Amino acid sequence: MIRALLWILGAVVLGGIVHLATVLAMPRAANQDAYSRLEPVTPANSVVPLTPPTAEASVMPFMDPAFAAAVCRYDLANGIVKLNAPLSQAYTSVTFYTRNSVAYYAIDDRAAGRRAIELDLMTPEQHSQVPEGEDVTAADRLIIESPTRTGLIVLRALAPEPGLMPMARRALANAQCRLGPVQ
Amino acid sequence: MLAAAVGLGMTWLTISRGVAFGSMTVGAWTARPKTGSVDIDPYARASIARTGELPLGTGDGVAFYARTDDAGYVLDGRCTFAISGTTPTARYWTLTLYDRNGRLVANTLDRHGFTSTEIVRDAEGRFTISVAPRARPGNWLPTGGIERYVLVWRLYDTPVGVASRTSKQDPMPAVTRKACS
Repeated sequence: MIRALLWILGAVVLGGIVHLATVLAMPRAANQDAYSRLEPVTPANSVVPLTPPTAEASVMPFMDPAFAAAVCRYDLANGIVKLNAPLSQAYTSVTFYTRNSVAYYAIDDRAAGRRAIELDLMTPEQHSQVPEGEDVTAADRLIIESPTRTGLIVLRALAPEPGLMPMARRALANAQCRLGPVQ
Repeated sequence: MLAAAVGLGMTWLTISRGVAFGSMTVGAWTARPKTGSVDIDPYARASIARTGELPLGTGDGVAFYARTDDAGYVLDGRCTFAISGTTPTARYWTLTLYDRNGRLVANTLDRHGFTSTEIVRDAEGRFTISVAPRARPGNWLPTGGIERYVLVWRLYDTPVGVASRTSKQDPMPAVTRKACS
């Protein structure tokens, strides 16, 4: 009797371990995550507009159809990424995701305060190579550190009404994401 | 064997159904503001890796999900549900109807949701949205007649989830079942 109970207890404990291990391993093992879906359709370090979601097809699930969206799939192996996103008339936001879809930074048009969202994206190692005082003197240079070498920058512009969708798309079409020197 | 079955079963269940870690529930609506930050819990991380979703970043907005109405009735596309009331403070919001896998639902109007700008309000600024399979006067959100759907309310540029943790201060619209055909 006790023996059987011990077996069951052992199984449950082992089950718990298997459960935790699989949950933690999932982000690494997933081959259908956002980055993997976008990798074949987007060149690295350039802004690519995302096809708006329809009932038939959607690049990713749960995309907001009221927004025009564009993505810059970045790779910081050969330099830093300079992002320039002009603001649309309504609401514009830029969100940074790691390789495993963790949103580590997001900024909207109001927080950016100017006519464009301008950012320099780099790894912590590259940031340490930026000369001392450089980021203080150039106040317009907002520096973001990416926890991973690769990842996604998603630009979103709201079309408050369906008729304003072309306006939102145009604003995103002027966005730039390019590789720059570390300095 | 049993251990493996229990472990994998638990993983599958928690990831496909979702667990309420650090979640914020107001009526029928549930949001997990931490999912859009580096403080995301391992379950949510595993879940987004599996679905391929990109969560709304904190600093951009907060997404509230509803799968039932306030009384607990499952959102059924063959029934009529009314959404009414007021929304928490936000510069913009959008309401979108998805199937359970996060896909938009085909309908004759090609309408999948509303934005805060589009909605028709009464003299006091309140609004009612009818989520129904057939056309309704006013703000009609078509369900396409599908059996189960998910409503997502996204608040953009909002203090909700960032500043306040008390749900009392953030009234969300009520969801009530009206009729089933």
